[in-house]
Amino acid sequence: MNRRAMPERPDGSAVRFFLRAGGAAAVLAAVVVLTGCSLVSAPILDPKGPVALAERNLLFTAVGLMLIVIIPVFVMAGVFAWRYRAGGPGKYAPDWAYSGLIDAAIWLVPAAIVVALGVALWQATHALDPYRQLDPTREALEVEVIAQDWKWLFIYPEQDIASVNELVFPAGKPLSLRITSDTVMNSFFIPALGGQIFAMAGMQTRLNLLADAQGQFMGRNTQYSGDGFADQHFTAIAVSEADFERWVAEAGQAGQGLDMDAYAALATPSIAHPVTYYSDVEEGLFDAVIAKYIQGEGHMAHARSASEGD
Amino acid sequence: MNATMTGVHEERAFGFWLYLMSDAIIFALLFATYLVMRNNLAGGPGGGELFDLSNAFVETMLLLVSSLTFGFAALSADARRRGAVLMWLGVTFVLGVAFVMLELREFAGMIAEGAGPDRSGFLSAFFTLVGTHGLHVSGGLTFIAVMMGQIVFKGLTPPVTSRLFRLGLFWHFLDIVWIGIFSVVYLPGGL
Amino acid sequence: MLGRLTLDALPFYSWVAMGGALVTVLGGLAIALVITMMGKWRYIWSEWLTSLDHKRIGIMYVMLALVMLLRGFIDALMMRAQQAVALNSDGYLPPDHFDQIFSSHGTIMIFFMAMPFLTGLINIIMPQQIGSRDVAFPFLNSVSLWLTAAGAGLMLVSLVIGKFSTAGWTGYPPYSGAAYSPGVGVDYWIWSIQVSGIGTTLSGINFIVTILKRRAPGMTFMRMPMFTWTVLCSSVLMIFAFPALTVVVSMLALDRIFGMHFFTNADGGNMMNYVNLIWIWGHPEVYILILPAFGIFSEVVATFSAKRLFGYPSLVYATAVIALLSFTVWLHHFFTMGASANVNAFFGVATMVIAVPTGVKVFDWLMTMYRGRITFHPSMKWTLGFMVTFVIGGMTGVLLALPPADYLMHNSTFLVAHFHNMLIPGALFGYFAAYMYWFPKAFGFTLDARWGTRAFWFWVVGFYIAFMPLYALGFMGMSRRMEHYNIAEWQPFLVTAAVGAVLVLIGIVCLGMQLYVSIRDRDANRDTTGDPWNGRTLEWLAASPPPPYNFAVVPEVRSLDAFHEMKQRGEAYRRPERYEDIEMPKNSGIGVVIGVAAGVFGFAMVWQIGWAAIGAGLVILAALVVRSSQEETETVMPAAEVKRIEDARFAALSASRREEVAA
Repeated sequence: MNRRAMPERPDGSAVRFFLRAGGAAAVLAAVVVLTGCSLVSAPILDPKGPVALAERNLLFTAVGLMLIVIIPVFVMAGVFAWRYRAGGPGKYAPDWAYSGLIDAAIWLVPAAIVVALGVALWQATHALDPYRQLDPTREALEVEVIAQDWKWLFIYPEQDIASVNELVFPAGKPLSLRITSDTVMNSFFIPALGGQIFAMAGMQTRLNLLADAQGQFMGRNTQYSGDGFADQHFTAIAVSEADFERWVAEAGQAGQGLDMDAYAALATPSIAHPVTYYSDVEEGLFDAVIAKYIQGEGHMAHARSASEGD
Repeated sequence: MNATMTGVHEERAFGFWLYLMSDAIIFALLFATYLVMRNNLAGGPGGGELFDLSNAFVETMLLLVSSLTFGFAALSADARRRGAVLMWLGVTFVLGVAFVMLELREFAGMIAEGAGPDRSGFLSAFFTLVGTHGLHVSGGLTFIAVMMGQIVFKGLTPPVTSRLFRLGLFWHFLDIVWIGIFSVVYLPGGL
Repeated sequence: MLGRLTLDALPFYSWVAMGGALVTVLGGLAIALVITMMGKWRYIWSEWLTSLDHKRIGIMYVMLALVMLLRGFIDALMMRAQQAVALNSDGYLPPDHFDQIFSSHGTIMIFFMAMPFLTGLINIIMPQQIGSRDVAFPFLNSVSLWLTAAGAGLMLVSLVIGKFSTAGWTGYPPYSGAAYSPGVGVDYWIWSIQVSGIGTTLSGINFIVTILKRRAPGMTFMRMPMFTWTVLCSSVLMIFAFPALTVVVSMLALDRIFGMHFFTNADGGNMMNYVNLIWIWGHPEVYILILPAFGIFSEVVATFSAKRLFGYPSLVYATAVIALLSFTVWLHHFFTMGASANVNAFFGVATMVIAVPTGVKVFDWLMTMYRGRITFHPSMKWTLGFMVTFVIGGMTGVLLALPPADYLMHNSTFLVAHFHNMLIPGALFGYFAAYMYWFPKAFGFTLDARWGTRAFWFWVVGFYIAFMPLYALGFMGMSRRMEHYNIAEWQPFLVTAAVGAVLVLIGIVCLGMQLYVSIRDRDANRDTTGDPWNGRTLEWLAASPPPPYNFAVVPEVRSLDAFHEMKQRGEAYRRPERYEDIEMPKNSGIGVVIGVAAGVFGFAMVWQIGWAAIGAGLVILAALVVRSSQEETETVMPAAEVKRIEDARFAALSASRREEVAA
């Protein structure tokens, strides 16, 4: 056996290690507590609609289940490192390297947690499928969403109006979105109301959302798309039915229509585009924007065909 | 061959098999892409209008026969008949060149018709899959030419025959890939 | 004549970019000047650049990685500084420049920091660990190195001539297509990773053949050290996953150069195909980086607990299972693409399943510490820091594996925090542990433990302070890659994150100090035994640094901890009765030639200089033909020379033992 002295005295080194670890943990805990307060109102932790709420609750359940494994790791790492430090009180068994019981436990306990989480995942993924209508018995507000460089166009086909960078809708009424892109891939996201979905040219995706109460929410593109990306956000405003009617009427007075020419002008790249309203939207504009990318093709290329979501 | 030489040969053959596996994945992904994109015609022509099955059949025959002639070259190498090896490699080379020429003619014809790789997603996938195979065949031809040179100048030394063995693996591999192309690209498109 | 290349390619568009270019050029010139002044060019060329010795190739890989770590970290620091100040303002970086920085940061850290670091460590250690004298294909090894270096070189050139990609490290089309990114940036990205990716595939082949064909007699699969096992699995992933990268990046290049329509919006392109293909490579890539680090932690935890590794069979199976499953989960990178609930749920469950073998590994390491005798060497500290930090990343990973939760967190800074939480502790801490653990093996003297410990604390604390705020910002709805923002509540978190980045910077300075102090005091820290940590595996049997042939006599393996067992039986330092001639590869400059030509080829493709691309291609072809025609590629070290080297080693060994006895 050939054993050289360690560069550091093992014993003192362990003590110093734990002192420093304790200090670091204290600093981090303080940072967490100080910043944690401002997290209470974070849109994802404090959702404003049933979809986002269910998604957040799944998040919490999963964290709870996983702590069953994670807390023991923290405890064992600390206790073992301390107890079995060279010169420490722990028993030394250099050739002990297997225990069937422990082996079984470390495979089976995590596996059981994954099974439980897997069941929850399967149910939640189906229940929270963004294509699913939230409440089939109630009529939803249909809005068509087109991502452009670098703004969002919202078309209200029934109301025959359109708006840029502002999505107004009645609180408490399901909102059914059809989404596409007239540029690179974007991702449509209103954090307080529910998860995001990609917007892709020549394809249509769907998202169903609902706001519980009136309020203003931040919405944005989350998929990097170029120079204007940072400013590509919009306001989602949930209002009362009456206010919604009033807003529709107001937008209807906008005076500018959205025919193909006006659309083409709007679609040219612009950064931080101001909120703009259009009355009299060309019929089938949304489908025409999709169709211009898929001329001559029998069907849209998509993970899920457009008809499935309808 | 002495013992270490056998070991080196085995290691190199094994390494070459691994290379062929990763190359096979390249082709698998190109095949998958082709299958995904075969209907993305963008208003352009499809396989039915473009593919000439008899041309593809001749190409297939050329490659199959070239595999056979390569086999003769390998047998001659085992028998240590240098002249015969060179002769069969020469025949293989000519067949391979004929294959590449036919493929280039097909490509040139399609491009002249306005059905080049920039016409549609389908044609991009077609040209890339078939063209990648064609590039491999051209690489194989270079490999054959180099080997013929080495046989002339060095003779059938252990490193040379070991290399010849790997060239054989490569050449037969390209044959198999081509049979895939013929069945997946030309047969369904051309019928 | 020069394709798209004109004087406009020089970075006059911003002073920050100009600064970066000047630093790169002056840095290169300074190094060249120092070498010239010291008259070391011949030495560097004949002893290092052309070397086919796996240890030297490994050291060059690690040096490349450390240089690129610096470059990639400066990118990170610049991003954190920008976001700390850019509330309702453009900060100091225009979008076009900020976007290049996040793209180059990711590209560098994955392809030119983590990959070469990893490949270097494997090169230095794995052959010794299996009792081999070299890798199976030493020349191929040199080619791999120089292809990787060529890719890294292209990255550096992009700082000076032209711009880098703004499309992120995964280069999603259609944004990365010619219609939306017409410049040369994406082309730099394409050719630098294409060139180095081929090097990686070749390395994978080399390592697999080495491990399967060159193990010492008696080393059965279940006696293979854990690091070697993880290298094997990682190499298998390399040869299966990297072809997908080659294919998808080639298709993007074809779209851009020849106007093809693989991923364009119109004319039958399908960008979803790109996203699938890039992640069919990209997910296994994560495990290519992390699995060998798991192997490193296994070696370190056993050595510094002075105890057998707990649950070795479980660790082996867990590694293999992770490698296998890594190909079944790629879709979790784009749950938000609108696939059906069944598809998303399937991939979500598959992803969570990977958490099981990963968890098993963590518990196996903990149980190795249990009833051990732990010394707190810096490598052990990195390992402890890894375990505690990595499980947090694992937890957030499982959260992202739940499709409905991913809908909320995708593309957010939460995602950014998550993957840094996997790769920094999971890969980089492992590489640092390996660096401090195996450094004496490579250079013959140990690294200073105090500076190593300082580096550790600054890195760990800096990591938490830099990335925990990003988790929080994800909850607050902040997307990744934002050049500026308009939400005031975000700023305190971003300032905190910037402070964390500064702490990590201090950690990097400590690493530099450690190297400096250790080289300065190298004579006091000589490792004359070859076994400074009371190691358990065969690499510690050889001298430090090992002779070119590693082992004068190939050792016989009887158990998993082969060297530990030899020491117990008292057979570790037995002098052989006689020595034999040893065949070794001759140095060759052809690998360098191929690398340089590949770099020129990449540059020519970026700027579309046809004749240069063809010329470089012909040079590569000619180099290969020349190499394949060379007969005398081996040289023989005569037994007498081996005896001389070994006698010197045994003399030093007994001297150091006498010292120990006297002490």
